[in-house]
Amino acid sequence: MTVFDLNSDSVRALNQHLHDASSDYLTVKNPAGRHCIACGVDSAVEVSIDGHVGYYCAGMNKKAQVTIAGNAGPGVAENIMSGTVRIRGNASQYAGASGRGGTLIIEGDASARCGISMKGVDIVVAGSVGHMSAFMAQKGSLVVCGDAGDFLGDSIYEACIYVRGKIGELGADCIEKEMTAAHLDSLAQLLTSTGVDANAKEFRRYGSARKLYNFNVDHADDY
Amino acid sequence: MSLRPSATFPQNVLDEIHRAADQGIYEIRGFGAKRRLPNFDDLVFLGASMSRYPLEGYREKCATDVVMGTRYAKKPIELKIPITIAGMSFGALGANAKEAIGRAATAMGTSTTTGDGGMTEAERQSSKALVYQVLPSRYGLNPDDLRRADALEVVVGQGAKPGGGGMLLGHKITQRVAEMRDLPRDIDQRSACRHPDWTGPDDLTIKIQELREITDWEIPIYIKIGATRVSYDVALAVKAGADVIVVDGMQGGTAATQDVFIEHVGIPTLPAVRMAVEALQELGMHRKVQLIVSGGIRSGADVAKALALGADAVSIGSAALVAMGCNRSVFVEDYEALGTAPGYCHHCHTGRCPVGITTQDPELEERLQPEQGARWLRNYLTTMVLELQTLARACGKSHVLNLEPEDLTALTIEAAAMAKVPLAGTDWIPGNNK
Repeated sequence: MTVFDLNSDSVRALNQHLHDASSDYLTVKNPAGRHCIACGVDSAVEVSIDGHVGYYCAGMNKKAQVTIAGNAGPGVAENIMSGTVRIRGNASQYAGASGRGGTLIIEGDASARCGISMKGVDIVVAGSVGHMSAFMAQKGSLVVCGDAGDFLGDSIYEACIYVRGKIGELGADCIEKEMTAAHLDSLAQLLTSTGVDANAKEFRRYGSARKLYNFNVDHADDY
Repeated sequence: MSLRPSATFPQNVLDEIHRAADQGIYEIRGFGAKRRLPNFDDLVFLGASMSRYPLEGYREKCATDVVMGTRYAKKPIELKIPITIAGMSFGALGANAKEAIGRAATAMGTSTTTGDGGMTEAERQSSKALVYQVLPSRYGLNPDDLRRADALEVVVGQGAKPGGGGMLLGHKITQRVAEMRDLPRDIDQRSACRHPDWTGPDDLTIKIQELREITDWEIPIYIKIGATRVSYDVALAVKAGADVIVVDGMQGGTAATQDVFIEHVGIPTLPAVRMAVEALQELGMHRKVQLIVSGGIRSGADVAKALALGADAVSIGSAALVAMGCNRSVFVEDYEALGTAPGYCHHCHTGRCPVGITTQDPELEERLQPEQGARWLRNYLTTMVLELQTLARACGKSHVLNLEPEDLTALTIEAAAMAKVPLAGTDWIPGNNK
């Protein structure tokens, strides 16, 4: 077990160590809200972070299993490619932004723009998400066990959104869709695999009305 | 009796109103601003005579090498010429065009740039120095390509549409383009104008830290801005930690943007260069953070004038495409089918490029063979460099970066005010009250 204590070790040294992929398990102590912790990792290392992190923790993660025992600042797991990032606390804005694969689990709440521009990542939020979540979401799934703020799924493409609680106003071109057996199954699997305790049958599904896919003068009001 | 046209409603305005009435949507088109703008043609060089010595052409050396990214990067990019190739996406351009550009840039010892849609294997292989753009859409963005890039360019804006996002119309979203962008086929793709995970310069500072951490502080990071409030934006880009700042004037091209955006947003390249240089000088960062200027650069004379005003290099996009055959008078019937003619074409957005550059259609793409395209572009770049050296030698400079504002004078009051060089035959710089 390798331990980095950010009270004495630098984030640069930590990341270089992770990029050189010389550990199987690594613990980060005293993160103290520092930015860019464990970003750009490209190996199946398990990283445990004991505390709160600043911006872009686990940014562009590949293969690694990162657990944050605290809250995460903006852009956690942005552009995640694969692997898993788990946040025991709450996440700030843009969690999982433009993520292309892998899984992001937020055990608390997520702020605005959770899953913005997502391109294949699966995001499971045990709590609620803020406004403009899944804005321009292209692929992947956003699961919200609590409530979702206004303008959910604005300008969404082919991503799937599942919400158990209340939602504010839906975003442009985002509509409620039928929860088919296939969707129910895939949601149940996602909840099970991420260890989030919720009944898939209590969720509703949202996705694209596809009215903005090709310009039509009669839909100009939706822009 | 002669017919009297309206100055307020000339034919092109009438045509546009009729088109708008028919279609109910703004005009989307490619290329750059078509209106007359104050530009580098409004400046001339004061060649050496009695008070300064010129250098002998062909005998006395005039160096053209420049280095990009000396501020923080462990591996700055060494360019043999101060003319780089601007970002143009695979998607907007066909694969042959991208490959031709890569080959020509590599042969000339300069860099080329990806675009909104990710990096293709062919362009990585054909480009010795490849700048990888990080755009708001983040299409195809991945850490592997980040790590195999020679520099990163965070695109905040571009000259053709500062404040606007990308656009690629459905007929250019083929299966390959769709897969690279994680989008369905055939849809109109309007990409975001703001980055998804940062807002404002303070966030950008941290974003750049992240990109540096991911790439182990090895490669330079550029910030590209569309020219508007250049003084503030350049200062903020320096503060955010850029190694290189790219300022793209309103003549900069696009593959598809609203005409109203192209013609009515941004400022010309001429004042933008001077404002950027002043901002860098004010911070004591001129030549420490390199400045690349783009937007309507067409000749060695344009390059020389941009460098004389203080840029470290220029970037060309539209002109590179023209060198490869854009608007060349061939396949005229295909221009006609688009409702245009050689010399007037701005139909990049249609995907029906008559000369096979801005297309994904396999038959049209055949018209631009990478080897031929690369040859044309190399010849053009060589010509520009020779022109640049000719002008620099005439001003007595043994390196093109030694060109200076004192070598220039302006032919119009506008250009004198914008570039802050004196109107020819006077010592008058409008607006300079000191």
